[in-house]
Amino acid sequence: MTAVALPTYPHRHLLGIEGLKPDEITVLLDRSEAYVEQNRQIDKKQNVLRGRTLINLFFENSTRTRTSFELAGKRLGADVINMSESGTSVKKGETLIDTAMTLNAMRPDVLVIRHSASGAAELLSQKVDCSVINAGDGSHEHPTQALLDALTIRRRRGRLAGLVVAICGDVLHSRVARSNIHLLTAMGARVRLVAPPTLLPASAAEMGVEIHHDMRKGLKDVDIVMMLRLQLERMQGSFVPSVREYFHFYGLDAEKLAFAKPDALVMHPGPMNRGVEIDTEVADDIHRSAIREQVEMGVAVRMACLELLTRHLPNIRTT
Amino acid sequence: MGKIDKPGRTLYHNARLLDPATGLDIKGALLTDGEVIADIGPRLCSNGVPPDTDVVDCEGLCLSPGLIDMHVWVREPGAEHQETMATAGRAAAAGGITTIIAMPNTDPVIDQVALVDFVLRCARETSSVRILPMAAATKGLRGAEMTEFGLLSEAGAVAFTDGDKAISNAQVMRRALSYATTFDALIVQCCEEPDLSRDGVMNEGEIALRLGLAGVSPMAETIMVERDLRLVELTGGRWHAAHLSTASALAALRDGKDRRLNVTGGVAPHSFALNETSIGEYRTFAKTRPVLRSETDRQSVVAAIADGTIDVISSAHCPQDPESKRLPFAQAAFGIIGLETLLPLALELVHNGQVPLLKLLATMTCNPAKLLRLDSGRLAKGAPADLIVFDPDAPWVIDEKKMRSKSKNTPFDRRPVQGHVRRTIVAGRSVFERRRET
Repeated sequence: MTAVALPTYPHRHLLGIEGLKPDEITVLLDRSEAYVEQNRQIDKKQNVLRGRTLINLFFENSTRTRTSFELAGKRLGADVINMSESGTSVKKGETLIDTAMTLNAMRPDVLVIRHSASGAAELLSQKVDCSVINAGDGSHEHPTQALLDALTIRRRRGRLAGLVVAICGDVLHSRVARSNIHLLTAMGARVRLVAPPTLLPASAAEMGVEIHHDMRKGLKDVDIVMMLRLQLERMQGSFVPSVREYFHFYGLDAEKLAFAKPDALVMHPGPMNRGVEIDTEVADDIHRSAIREQVEMGVAVRMACLELLTRHLPNIRTT
Repeated sequence: MGKIDKPGRTLYHNARLLDPATGLDIKGALLTDGEVIADIGPRLCSNGVPPDTDVVDCEGLCLSPGLIDMHVWVREPGAEHQETMATAGRAAAAGGITTIIAMPNTDPVIDQVALVDFVLRCARETSSVRILPMAAATKGLRGAEMTEFGLLSEAGAVAFTDGDKAISNAQVMRRALSYATTFDALIVQCCEEPDLSRDGVMNEGEIALRLGLAGVSPMAETIMVERDLRLVELTGGRWHAAHLSTASALAALRDGKDRRLNVTGGVAPHSFALNETSIGEYRTFAKTRPVLRSETDRQSVVAAIADGTIDVISSAHCPQDPESKRLPFAQAAFGIIGLETLLPLALELVHNGQVPLLKLLATMTCNPAKLLRLDSGRLAKGAPADLIVFDPDAPWVIDEKKMRSKSKNTPFDRRPVQGHVRRTIVAGRSVFERRRET
């Protein structure tokens, strides 16, 4: 193998998008592109992580993110272990830090953590010797989701800078929204948040975004419509009165989408609540919806992250 | 209302035209065409009346927009033995009220689109005046979950309130105010901290002490106002205090207005026409909400109307059957009727030289119209022809037996007052006429 000057990502962990420099984001996205192509081949396997151990530590339910990381690890040749909350000693009362110390003693190379508490990934990273990837912590960040969204947009539109992106729905509880706001604003896109005020953080405007409470105005001439999932328990009257009212005013249907640019792309981090935040007709429109493509990009982005992060671990193989 | 044929043209001439929205106070005439005001002016039709026009001589009396009563417990659906839309409509018409705002505290509670539709339809079919519903702010008035402000507004709810129940949970109030901004919806609060006022039946003070009755501290009202003003500051919502009664709460509201918060306040006539001494020896007809306060509080209510701190006077019409009032004071129901006494009691402030006539009328016409986003409440071309002709000076004595309301619970029986409605016009049609009393 000839020595190629590989682009670098200078951190051992990926805990959030906030604080990443545009160059570093670009490195991750560029590297992901290569894996998109690889994942479309029959032989998807590489061995850059051969001998490495990846532990998926999921304290919250997840299907697509965990599977995506698992596939990413396996395709790069790593040994992958999945741990979910129900199967862990956490159920027996162990604290997060004790779990981390225990796992650390088994010498993993990468820990992928999802946790319901904001800051859990950060806490873990302080206690272990391996790389930590945040797969979603509370309402804080979900960096690989923002990266895969950015990759999807960049492949469809050729750029991020100058695009107008509407992020619609439950911004208040959404780590996906926070990561996307950081990434898109860092890359020069203009972000609008569209939601009822009860689903927006009080100081949302201070994140350098435009705030809209009226979906039609918020979607006017946007390039990208990013819908967020509204969890059922938020719809019983404390944040919004009902599913019916939410869908009427904030659900994405063809009529509201018509206010966006004619070729505007519809995205959703999944899993979707059809008839709550998005109409089936829109979600399944192959010309507008990039929802399935986002899932495909997810695996590539996670492969790129695993590869670039593990370069900073000790004992780099010299081949 | 309820008639299918469109009303024709009517000219009301020889009138003192009073429009509180513009400050207009001139002699002149007003022409209605169909359901709207067609023209208005000092020399309107002085060269002749257009053909096919009915002519009403106002005898130099006042012609003003019909009153909008922002706070009425109509009792239908659920307690039709106390009041119905038909009987409330009759009483309102006689009192010069052309629009009743109905509270959602009925059975069932008005917290769904279908029930707003029901109120509007039932009102159209049975009431001679307009009845517009406020919808519940929280589902079932339970104070926990917001109702569908957007869909209910589209259906015709003019504001959101839990009626005589305070929205006591601060987080619920914060979210309601915040969510309401999306739809420009008004949140109307019953300003009484429920934990503080729970067992109280009258003003906390010396008289309550002597009567051995549990008191409601003025602070129960003031604390709720002060808390809500902070939440308005936080959310930018539109907030209205249904009925204030204490000097300290009025001072808090005045302060909120000075801080340019989007807040307004209302009072009920009993808060400036009576004080706690009216309870006398346990008169349950003087058991009101808010409770009758001290003389100092009463005077501060008058001052607050005069200086504009108070935006709205509304009747707080609360019909109760005799059985719920013929009880020991503590067990008797709260509330008094007020549709027919709203105007004459309010006019006492004019006759006492405390509030100018136009300013007083504003609290019952253009001010509530502005808060509720109604196009009535003013004398303007194109506005609904909801009008009253009244004699502000005519003396009469309130007589509960002559009340048109189904319930007769008024503490004002046999009170001499001045100011009588002579004609009430809703959507271009006369719905009430009173012959000159002898």
